[in-house]
Amino acid sequence: MVEILILFSVSAIGRTIHVGPGKEFKNIRPALLEARDGDTLYVQHGLYKEGNIVINKKVVMIGIELPVIDGDKRYEVVSIKSDQVIFKGFQVQNSGFATLNDPGGIKVYDAANVQILENVLENNFFGIYIQYGKHITVKNNRIKAYGVEEQQIGNGIHCWKSDSLQIIGNHVQGHRDGIYFEFVTHSIIWRNISKYNIRYGLHFMFSNDDAYVNNFFDGNGAGVAVMYTKNVIMYGNTFKNSTGDAAYGILLKEISDAEIRGNKFINNTSALFLEGANRMLIHKNVITGNGWGLKIQANCMDNTITENNFTANTFDVSTNGTLVLNKFFRNYWDKYEGYDLDKDGTGDIAYHPLSIYSVIIENNPIAMLLYRSFMVTLLERTEKLIPSITPEAFVDNKPMIKPYIL
Amino acid sequence: MKNITKFVISDIMRNRIILFYLLMLCLFSWSIFSLEDNTSKGIMSLLNIVLLTVPLVSIIFSNIYMYNSAEFIELLVSQPVKRSTIWKSIFIGLSVALMAAFFIGIGIPVLFFVPGLTGATFIVTGMLITAIFVSIAMLCSILMRDKARGIGLSIILWLFLSLIYDGLVLFFMFQYADYPIEKPMAILTALNPVDLARIHVLLQVDTEALMGYTGAIFKKMFGTGPGMMVSLALMVVWVAGPFYLSLRLFDKKDL
Repeated sequence: MVEILILFSVSAIGRTIHVGPGKEFKNIRPALLEARDGDTLYVQHGLYKEGNIVINKKVVMIGIELPVIDGDKRYEVVSIKSDQVIFKGFQVQNSGFATLNDPGGIKVYDAANVQILENVLENNFFGIYIQYGKHITVKNNRIKAYGVEEQQIGNGIHCWKSDSLQIIGNHVQGHRDGIYFEFVTHSIIWRNISKYNIRYGLHFMFSNDDAYVNNFFDGNGAGVAVMYTKNVIMYGNTFKNSTGDAAYGILLKEISDAEIRGNKFINNTSALFLEGANRMLIHKNVITGNGWGLKIQANCMDNTITENNFTANTFDVSTNGTLVLNKFFRNYWDKYEGYDLDKDGTGDIAYHPLSIYSVIIENNPIAMLLYRSFMVTLLERTEKLIPSITPEAFVDNKPMIKPYIL
Repeated sequence: MKNITKFVISDIMRNRIILFYLLMLCLFSWSIFSLEDNTSKGIMSLLNIVLLTVPLVSIIFSNIYMYNSAEFIELLVSQPVKRSTIWKSIFIGLSVALMAAFFIGIGIPVLFFVPGLTGATFIVTGMLITAIFVSIAMLCSILMRDKARGIGLSIILWLFLSLIYDGLVLFFMFQYADYPIEKPMAILTALNPVDLARIHVLLQVDTEALMGYTGAIFKKMFGTGPGMMVSLALMVVWVAGPFYLSLRLFDKKDL
């Protein structure tokens, strides 16, 4: 009975085709021509330079000991144009360079239920490119490029007009944007590492109802950007070392109903930059060692900033206007100097986190030259006691005495 | 020259005030570092001491010392030693003694808690600040024969360099905010040794905030290799300039 079952299932899966030196097929393309839906191709270790490889059947392709598929710097290397393809364990390298049709290392055209697993992508124009994809899994790939200029290189994982993607455990380095989402919905980005990309570690536009969780962004040119989006969930990510003019740990522009929880922002020029962000919840984040902890522009509304740790930042908060439509409460500020006589864990006097000097610097950046001089300290102190220039509503009425353990 | 320097140093080292100064610095630095788990915040608090207390003590102490040793100087002048030798030895003695107090009081804890470039820059800057204010004090003492006036002048100079100058620069900045004042501002701040010292240390500690737009100007003016050299050189000029002036005056002065 069991044997019959196995036989049955094997015939349902399809045939097995071996590709490689000394096997039935020497190259991948003829093997793919021969294959039918449901077949499995095992590709042996070796170098395959066959121009553009188009997968237009529902096949499983498995590389054994990391076979290398090389695009010779002229072709798009692998194009997946069929549903239900599994592409696993290859090294894909040297795709062509063209700004007209954006060749990628692995490009998915208008397909569903595709899985791209455990590949190594080296020196491609775009790494993995998904357009009109549905239910696509991109998991445990290592994507590396050696881009120098923004215009000369594509993105690591580029997703456009797709739905229900899972981007998990990938490692992207040296592309323009590590991970790029445009018009992508209901997707998750989980446990990826995106480092040293030229522009953004993660670039996110017009992509509603997505989540990114436990990712690690380090040393990206301009940090992470999330723009023109609704309903995004950002949990447990680490944003590190984005330094420079116009570099942000995370840039939030025209966002609404997002949740930023449990993230770490370390050593960025500006940790969070909010512009036109509405109804957001910023909760339980660690914001430490940044130039500016939170830059919140006056056009942000109904945001709740609570239970965060602000430590060792040059400026905790900065804004560009006098209108305050956001709520700050129960945060820990290491610059708070109040007391707690009733021992309820929160300070008895309110804390005004907005330093007058950060407001001055917002308008006259050159004033940074006098930062930490006695005059400026004096100015800050007086302003903290009796706010005159900074909006009085910009206040944390229940500042915490001790930092949260996060 | 060697003997006079030695004498001055040993004379100052026995002084109670300098011991008190040393103890006070010790107390400040050890307590700041042991209360603060974030060492870069500790360095910033210490910076306030370096920018206010160290100049004040250096200038007042040296000034009073100069007046108190007026008779000693007269005695030395009657001996077959060159006047410039006397003046130089006193300057070296004073600065070495005060720098030693600074090094023991603040330098050692800083090296202990913040080893590396940041700590080293901090200590070098503090020592230069000490030397600068010793040389200014000597100039004050030669300009004013009267002790009260001399001390008054040195207090005013300290007040001006540590506090008022920044206020004036800030005022200038607000007045001309609509113009491209980056360069004049940078030059103005570079003219004051206290500001120079502050920027020097900030460039090592508060790097994140300085990476932005201002950072570019900062870095261009002070941060890069040549910029650092220029600001160090300017501080050395601040040591040498007032001292040289006082030396010339002392050479010609009718005691």
